[in-house]
Order: sequence, then C-alpha cells, then structure tokens
Amino acid sequence: MNKQDIIKATDLVKTYGKLTAVDKLNLCINEGEVFGFLGPNGAGKTTTILMMLGLTEPTSGTARICGFDPAREPLKVKRLTGYLPEKVGFYEDLTAWENLDYTAALNGIPRDAASRKINELLGMVGLSEVGEQKVGTFSHGMKQRLGIADVMIKDPKVAFFDEPTSGIDPEGIEQVLNLIANMAKQNVTIVLSSHQLHQVQKICSRVGILSKGHLVAEGSIDQLGREAIAGGKFRIELQVSEPTRKLINSIKKIKGVSNVESSGDQLLISCDEDLRPKIARAVVDSDSLLVQMKIEEYGLDDIYMKYFRES
Amino acid sequence: MSGLMAIFWKELADHFNSKRFIILSTLIYLAGIATIYVAAQNIRTGITENTEFIFLRLFIVSGESLPFSFPFFLSLFIPIVGIALGFDAVNSERISGNLSRILSQPLYRDSVVNGKFLAGLLTITTLVVSIVFLVAGMGLRMIGVPPTAEEILRLFAFIFVSIIYGAFWMSLAVLFSVFFKRMATSALASIALWIFLFLFISMIAGAIANAIIPVDQNSSLEMIAKNDEIYRTISRISPNTLYAEIIQVLLMPELGNPSSTLMLLSIYTKGMIPTPLSLGQSLLIIWPQLTTLIALTALCFAGSYIKFMREEIRST
Repeated sequence: MNKQDIIKATDLVKTYGKLTAVDKLNLCINEGEVFGFLGPNGAGKTTTILMMLGLTEPTSGTARICGFDPAREPLKVKRLTGYLPEKVGFYEDLTAWENLDYTAALNGIPRDAASRKINELLGMVGLSEVGEQKVGTFSHGMKQRLGIADVMIKDPKVAFFDEPTSGIDPEGIEQVLNLIANMAKQNVTIVLSSHQLHQVQKICSRVGILSKGHLVAEGSIDQLGREAIAGGKFRIELQVSEPTRKLINSIKKIKGVSNVESSGDQLLISCDEDLRPKIARAVVDSDSLLVQMKIEEYGLDDIYMKYFRES
Repeated sequence: MSGLMAIFWKELADHFNSKRFIILSTLIYLAGIATIYVAAQNIRTGITENTEFIFLRLFIVSGESLPFSFPFFLSLFIPIVGIALGFDAVNSERISGNLSRILSQPLYRDSVVNGKFLAGLLTITTLVVSIVFLVAGMGLRMIGVPPTAEEILRLFAFIFVSIIYGAFWMSLAVLFSVFFKRMATSALASIALWIFLFLFISMIAGAIANAIIPVDQNSSLEMIAKNDEIYRTISRISPNTLYAEIIQVLLMPELGNPSSTLMLLSIYTKGMIPTPLSLGQSLLIIWPQLTTLIALTALCFAGSYIKFMREEIRST
C-alpha cells in the first residue's frame, strides 16, 4: 500500500437496474487531506461513500481504504473509518452520553477509557452541559455535533461526512465546519460531501466534482476556478490613466502573456501565471499611470456553471 | 463478539423499559391470575379417584365465568408478545437513521439481527417462566396438592415449547421488519398472518377435508378418520395448531395421542378410554411438532439474514 493513497477507487461502478449511479469512478485521496466531494443532488456522492464504507457493494470495480477492500474486509475498514450519514439518527430516548457509550461499546472500547473519551468529546463539540439530556430534545445542529463526537470516539484514520451542513443554521454550520477542520489538524483524512460549494471551500484542500456518476473535475478550488473562467489561465484586470497602444504592446511582449483586451481605460490580461509584478513594471516604464491592478478572483458560481450545467 | 453483546444488552434494556412490554406483561399476568382463580374453583368437577395429574388440571380447567384455559390464553398472547418484540426490530433503526451509523461500526451485520433476536428471546423466556411459576405457585396455595415429579417435568417442557412458540412469532416479525420499510406495514402483516393462522386455517382445513371426503352421520368410521386426517394435516400448516397439539399431549396426557385415530375412535365408540401417556411417549409424540416449530423459526431467521446481509444501507 502506498502511504499516500489512503483512499483509492478504481473503476468503481454502481448500477440500480438501468440507472447508473456511479460510472467508472477513479479517485485517489492522500493521507491527511480534506477532500470535498461536490455535485448536485443525485450525482452519486452518497453512493460512492457507501461503497467505500462497505455499506453497499459495487457493481464492479474496487475501492481500497488503507489498503483494505471494504467489500471483502468490512470490519477492518470500519475499524479505521468513521461515518456521519446525511440524516444521522440517535436513540432519542437515550441521553447524548448513553448514545456515545453505546457506540463505544460497539467498538469494544473498555468502559473506563470510553467514559473519559466521551466526556472529552462532549466538551470538544460543546455539548457537556446537555450530555445527560435525552437526544430527543436536541436541535438538528446539536445532533450533527453529537454525530461528530460519535465519529471521533473510535479515533478514525479516515472520516466520511455526508452533507454535514445541510439543514442547520449559519452558526451551526460554522461550528460543524470548525470541528471538522480541527479533526483534519489531528491528521485524520476527511472526505466531505456537499452541494454547498461556499462552505466546502473554507476547509477543503482539494475537491472532486461529481456529476451523473462521473468525476468531471478534480483539484484545488483555485485551480478549478481558473479552469472554469479562463481555461486554466490567470486573468489580471488593469486600470491605467492612458491605455496607449505602446503600453499594450509592451505588455504583450512579457513572457507568459497570451492575450490583452482593452475596453476604455481597462485592460484585461490573460496569462499563464501571476505576472502582476512584471505588468506593474511595464506600466511604470510607460507614460501611463497605474490606477489599479487586481487578479481576477474565480467565482464559485462559475465553477457551478461550468461543471454542473455542462453535464 | 463485543458488538453482539453490546447490542444484546441495549436491546434487552429497551425491551424491559418499553411501554409495550409493560402493557403486554400486565395483560398476561392478569389473564394468568384470572384463569388460575377460575381453575382452582372448578378443579373439583370431573375428578375421580383414578384421576392422575391433579396439579396439571389447574392449567387446563376452565369455568363458566371464564371459559378459556391458561394454555389457551398463552397461545393467544405469546404471538402478540413475539410480534410486539420483533415487528420494528430493523425498520425502526432504519427510519430513525441509526442503522447506517451502527453498521459503520466494526461489527458484522448478523450481530445486529442476532443481538436483537437473543434479547427478544430472553425477554419472552422471562415472561413465560415468570407467568407459569406465578400460576403454579398460586395454584399450589389454592388447592394444596403438590405436583409430582412428572408433572414438574411436564411443566418445564410446556415452558420450553411456549418459548419456542414465542421465538417463532418473533422471528417472523423480525423477518417482516427486514422486508417492510415501514413499521406499520410490518406490524399489520404480522398480525394479519397471526389472525389467518389462528382463526381461518381450521375453517379452510375443514372445508378442504369435506370437499375431498364428504362425511355425514351415516359415513363409515374409516371415512370419518380419513376426513379427520386431511383436516389435521392442513391445519398443521399453522404453528398455532402445532402448539395446541403439543400442549394437549403435555398437559392432558390422559387424552392420548391427538394424531392417532384411536383417540378419534374412542370419542365415537365411547367408553374406550386410552391409558394416559407416559412422559417419554408424550415427548416422542410431540417431537415432530416441536421440530417443525423450531424449523419454522430457523426459516424466518434465515430469510431475514439473506435479505439483510446484502442490503444497501442508506440513511434516507
């Protein structure tokens, strides 16, 4: 097993009758990464996660978690992975403490160690005060945080979160995302599925975009954003006092600049890398005055448009 | 293994704390006390000097105020208890969103079914043992006749068979809870099957037997015996019939073998009273019925296994 690829999917296929939910999915996730699984509803995100956890069998292809096949060695995989399902449920007539205690018992954690761990985790997710309350009285956000404690109790190497932020209020979302980010700091590899790009970008180091069962794009969000708006190029917006032809030509001569468009006093420069220092010099060397220069931020909406609409 | 035990203890605690268990056990205790009270009052009728098994009569005698015996009540309530303990075993976990969380823990899927089944079995055992002991103890005080060793053995056999009977209904309900996604559906399906097997099977068996071999008052004994055999064969589809036959052999050994034509003949010829069956003979006679009950239980269990093991577990 390559230590880098803690999660590896090879030609993963899942069909339900005639419907292909996941189609030849290939994916590698490195150890310690926070990987965001993006895609509209019904893109196959949950199905992929279920196959990786051994909760459903792939029609063909294989998944490997830490080198184990979840379809053949489910127990070894489940010992190493935590999973927070989309609609997580707890035993409503048991307290938060008792629910976690049950999970600890299912994992065979000795009682005194479990008890210490539960208190620690309840503190971490901010539920110490209500640990002795029945879960039935909890809000959705509280249950979600309890779910994170539930995942943490077995000290997983890999944690899967399926839509962890859906249906909770903005403050709750903030708390949940912070908790997940903290988990990542403890070297837990995290796979997060969501259709909320804005939230995912805050904590994910890399994302994969899934559409109709295909992985249509994979990479960091900056990278995907650039591809979405400018075909992988940087776009620099330049405002000068006098956009002379001479200035435009001198900018065009800079190595790496592929195109310059002008409209009024604005220049839109496409280039292969961030060439702002060189462009600034070109402006200074010319007679024109630099008003402002900024590198164009990719828009998350552009990513949406490109990858979700395309399919 | 730790997973199985964790589920077992959790389920057991759930059962004993559940309102439905408290309601059902109260009902059964009340029924038990009522029948034993009536039985103790009516036990003197029909006893001759030769009557053996006086203590067992406590369990089978009924009176005018309550024309049902204790085993009849048990055969009525045990299926309800079994169904109540099993009908939501798997689908409630699914609906509440606990199932995918539990199954992502390191335990085999069969541990979930096994743990639930064992917890239900222990609950039924507790209930049956306590009610039989309660009734026996009260009866002992009321009539003052101690049971013989054979009667005690027969009572233990009766307890054992009753537990198996409960286990069958519970495994059937668990099977439905795996197949039906909604709890109401599995509860209704279990109860519908129970009503069918309890009430309608004898009607259907009688109709079929009469259609194949019509009998009337002028029919020969041979014809009547054949008709009766068909009737009994068909009604044995119902575990309820099996249980009733076992109870009869265990608690009313003086009636003889329910499946031999001798007993039928004795009813027609009058006066030909078979000698009471010995304990060994009784056990030998109920053996097929008992193994059928166990086999039916195993069949339901296997069905839920096959369905549950390969199923996709989604949280929605």
